[in-house]
Amino acid sequence: MTALEPGSTWVVWLIVSPLAAALIAFLLPRVAAAIALANALFMGVAALALLDLVTEQGPHRYSLGGWGAPLGIDLYADPLSGVLLVVAAVVVLATLFYSRDYLARTAIGPLFWPISLFLHAALNALLLSADAFNLYVTLELLSLSAVALVALADEQRAVAAALRYLLASIVASLAYLLGVALLYHTAGVLDLAALAERATWTPATWAALGLMTAGLAVKGALFPVHFWLPGAHSYAPSPVSALLSALVVKAPFYVLLRLWYAPFAGAPEAVGTLLGLLGALAIVWGSLQALRQARLKLLIAYSTVAQIGYLFLFFPLAQSRSALQGVTVFILGHALAKAAMFLAAGNMHKCLGHDRIQDLHRVARELPVTLAAFAVGGVCIMGLPPSGNFIGKWLLIEAAFAQGEWGWAVVVVAGGLLSAAYVFRVLGHAFTVDDKPVDASGAPASMAWAAFALALLALTLGVFAAPLIDLIGGPGETAVAHLSSREP
Amino acid sequence: MLYSLAGIALFCIALRAVILATAPLRAILAVNVMSSGVFLVLVALARRTPGLVADPVPHAMVITGIVVAVSATAMAIVLTQRLRANVSAPTVEDTPGAGP
Repeated sequence: MTALEPGSTWVVWLIVSPLAAALIAFLLPRVAAAIALANALFMGVAALALLDLVTEQGPHRYSLGGWGAPLGIDLYADPLSGVLLVVAAVVVLATLFYSRDYLARTAIGPLFWPISLFLHAALNALLLSADAFNLYVTLELLSLSAVALVALADEQRAVAAALRYLLASIVASLAYLLGVALLYHTAGVLDLAALAERATWTPATWAALGLMTAGLAVKGALFPVHFWLPGAHSYAPSPVSALLSALVVKAPFYVLLRLWYAPFAGAPEAVGTLLGLLGALAIVWGSLQALRQARLKLLIAYSTVAQIGYLFLFFPLAQSRSALQGVTVFILGHALAKAAMFLAAGNMHKCLGHDRIQDLHRVARELPVTLAAFAVGGVCIMGLPPSGNFIGKWLLIEAAFAQGEWGWAVVVVAGGLLSAAYVFRVLGHAFTVDDKPVDASGAPASMAWAAFALALLALTLGVFAAPLIDLIGGPGETAVAHLSSREP
Repeated sequence: MLYSLAGIALFCIALRAVILATAPLRAILAVNVMSSGVFLVLVALARRTPGLVADPVPHAMVITGIVVAVSATAMAIVLTQRLRANVSAPTVEDTPGAGP
């Protein structure tokens, strides 16, 4: 628990390294890509080392500058943040590898590398924060870099989508900040663990619960406040879409999850049920919208709206341990699969010059690896075994039955069927034979293989899931211990 | 207490303005009023204990919040300008006729 413990500096490196790399990449554009890739590799190593550390020794707390909470700011790592850090590093590594060829001969390269590094730094800092206000700052850093990345696609509708994203995100974080102010007023601390001990249910806590949940729901694009997501995620350059859909949109959910175990642990069931109902509506609405889209990237973006719904099914089931395990595996599976799908879509877009689903003829023949990446990613999104999403859904269903609320299980299964419908709609067109020649010469193999590698990881995640599941919510997990002590 | 209520009122008025705003500039201004409301609440709540010394932590939060608000406002203004400039440089993913 002390600052000088061997190995404990991984926590700091995970934040400092991408920040430093971003500055260097900004100053030296010539080596920016190399630096970004090297940093992504290092992040993978650091995240794995940290995960190993917290697995061996339990949750890990690091006091920045030696000032402990409540006065100082603590960084906190447990198995949950550890696995998310690892998957973030994997997705970023594959996406940046893909971007090297994707961005060749375009003007947006020099800015893409530093901003994506800032994004990674913000994401890592968010996953390691243990302080309600620090979470606000990192959420803002994350949103600002995400908006900047969307605006890199220098076309009108992308800029308009970026502006809408930015405004929605500012309003949401102000609501969150007001909630933090009220929480601080009642408890006098900001550290999540201390908040959990001191939180009492005064009217101010109720208001904080409402404001913070609403703000995070907007940022996390929960139905019906997902309005900014389809534009921002689909008009952005494809590597950016992959980062946003796979990682950024999960961050607000992660914050809400942390809050749910700390200051809001005693929140009444009705709030959880409401969030779960909105999640269920998101699954249905997002999938139906995905079915209606004419453009591939919009379809994938609406699929993200639907998949976010699954995450929020956690809240009505929060009492059972398998809900947390399920939702964690689901986040990992969705991050890998969705990144693979967006990267594959970007590859098709780059080669065909469009992403109209109707005109995706002969993609199967001309871009086999790309289509395989999309199809495997799609299979994971449907939740077929052995994908991580299958395990995640399975655990959610288990949690639903354990609590006798089988309605949520029906939603999980129905959402899988709907997602199968929109994935097969794309695949159907891709396998169509058409006489029109398709020129696939512009597709570097690295792009297709980067997408395929991610898809393969998502598919095989289920095989490796067992040790992961034991990690999350295991005996070392204070969050769950805390929760179970509150069980009536 | 009066000041925190005023801050919450500002927050609500500005929230309504953001939702109803059609012009980006109006929305940006409204968002800034909203943040002022939040900062007012923070500063007002800093005076929790009767006495002369106010709690410094909310003050630190306000300063951080102002930095964030200024950067976000700058970014929103840049995006608005780009929207108005109507420059549509060709990008990797934009080809004529590839509309939705």
